[in-house]
Amino acid sequence: MKPPVFDYAAPVSLAEATDLLVRHEGDAKVLSGGQSLVPLLNMRLARPAILVDLARIPDLDWVRADDETVAIGAMTRQRTVELSREVQARHPLLHAGLQLIAHPQNRNQGTVGGSLAHADPAAELPALALALDATFDAVGPGGARSVAAADFFLTYLTTALAPTEILTAVRFPTLARRTGWSIIEVARRHGDFALAGVVASVGLATDGAIDRARLVLFGVGATPVRAAAAEGLLVGQRAEAAVFARAGARAAGDLEEPLTDVHASADYRRDLARVLVGRALAEAAARARAA
Amino acid sequence: MTVNGERHEADVEPRTTLVDFLRGTLGLTGTHVGCEHGVCGACTVLWNGKAVRSCIMLAVQADGAELKTVEGLADGPTLHPIQRAFLEKHGLQCGFCTPGFMISVYELLSRTSTPTDEEITDTLGGHICRCTGYQSIVEAVHVAVEKMRTK
Ligand SMILES: Cc1cc2nc3c(=O)[nH]c(=O)nc-3n(C[C@@H](O)[C@H](O)[C@H](O)COP(=O)(O)OP(=O)(O)OC[C@H]3O[C@@H](n4cnc5c(N)ncnc54)[C@H](O)[C@@H]3O)c2cc1C
Ligand code: FES
Ligand code: FES
Repeated sequence: MKPPVFDYAAPVSLAEATDLLVRHEGDAKVLSGGQSLVPLLNMRLARPAILVDLARIPDLDWVRADDETVAIGAMTRQRTVELSREVQARHPLLHAGLQLIAHPQNRNQGTVGGSLAHADPAAELPALALALDATFDAVGPGGARSVAAADFFLTYLTTALAPTEILTAVRFPTLARRTGWSIIEVARRHGDFALAGVVASVGLATDGAIDRARLVLFGVGATPVRAAAAEGLLVGQRAEAAVFARAGARAAGDLEEPLTDVHASADYRRDLARVLVGRALAEAAARARAA
Repeated sequence: MTVNGERHEADVEPRTTLVDFLRGTLGLTGTHVGCEHGVCGACTVLWNGKAVRSCIMLAVQADGAELKTVEGLADGPTLHPIQRAFLEKHGLQCGFCTPGFMISVYELLSRTSTPTDEEITDTLGGHICRCTGYQSIVEAVHVAVEKMRTK
């Protein structure tokens, strides 16, 4: 298990980095934390001609949090965001999601931008980005642009970023008042990728009825999947078990064929999704009541 | 880079992983190689104070970094409290996984002198041991905490 031969560049500016990506278009890979890319190199599943390491580019490693937004530079380590007291206080959902990524030893090296650009359909951060309507900032040869989460994840390991573009930051809106949240998943072992998982948020009106709901499933499709029809079933209803169960059945029923692999069958993943949606909604509603 | 306080300079092929550089080029064979894809924890080293997997990090990524490996724990012939704790509580059998475990415990105990049970399991959860049974490793961490407090 040794990587194939490749060249390596450590540019010191975004302009230099995008130049390299343009010059080697199709043959270059961006390297950030390496927690996904280097295993792929070790197993020779990826054979880029050159790696463009972002580590020496200034101003990509930062976290800024205020009441509305937690914004994070692409090269910020997942563990740094997880341990940020500001993030814990202002965005407990994001904090909880980060703790589900791999192990602390991987999060010490893995970056927020790397996880989002990698776009594994079982990964937590892409699902959180979709659930929270995050915005992605990228720089390419044509300049800077922003992409909404709903337009970012195209299919398995594929995003709206061109091969010559670099993700520079992501902005996660915080949750509104009287909104409860949950992120839960089932994995073979603690720290493994999820077989299936759910991000839920639920807002309650003063009379206790559900007035907002967001449901995103991960590990069950080619991208994180928003369960819009199930969200529709929730709004205006009382926050109670029978309502959550109906939403779970609908979300699971609406899934296109989930993945079958050595870890789980499509049917098993679909059933997990159904059960997890119900549990996530119950947890989110309980948090909304306490909020 | 600096490893265990000693400066090293070398030209490496970009594809050399950090663990192969430490073991092959520097001869520091205390850091072990197991799965080579970031799962088992045998290759864990301290990189700028943080425990990371040296099997899925390239040596070039550690250019200029400060590293600590298991060889850097003891002070000459005097074992580090973490090492003594593993010894006393039988926190190892074959020892293959042990250097990685001790580096992660070292990171934990440099961040807090009073880790919670949850923090301990979260840290150890990033490591696989095929022989000892995790309970004695957990006990070793508790003893290490004690030893470092009374040191
Ligand atoms: C044992 C193990 C368990 C894991 N479990 C989980 C898990 O449960 N959940 C989870 O979400 N992840 C998991 N991961 C993966 C996670 O740790 C990675 O951190 C993450 O997927 C990739 O981030 P990275 O910074 O390491 O990116 P890299 O590996 O460096 O890059 C990943 C990909 O993204 C591209 N890329 C990186 N940064 C940018 C950028 N700024 N702009 C454009 N493209 C970019 C790269 O070219 C590459 O294709 C696991 C990894 C391991 C080793
Ligand atoms: S050898 Fe690096 S984690 Fe297993
Ligand atoms: S002591 Fe043998 S693998 Fe842990």
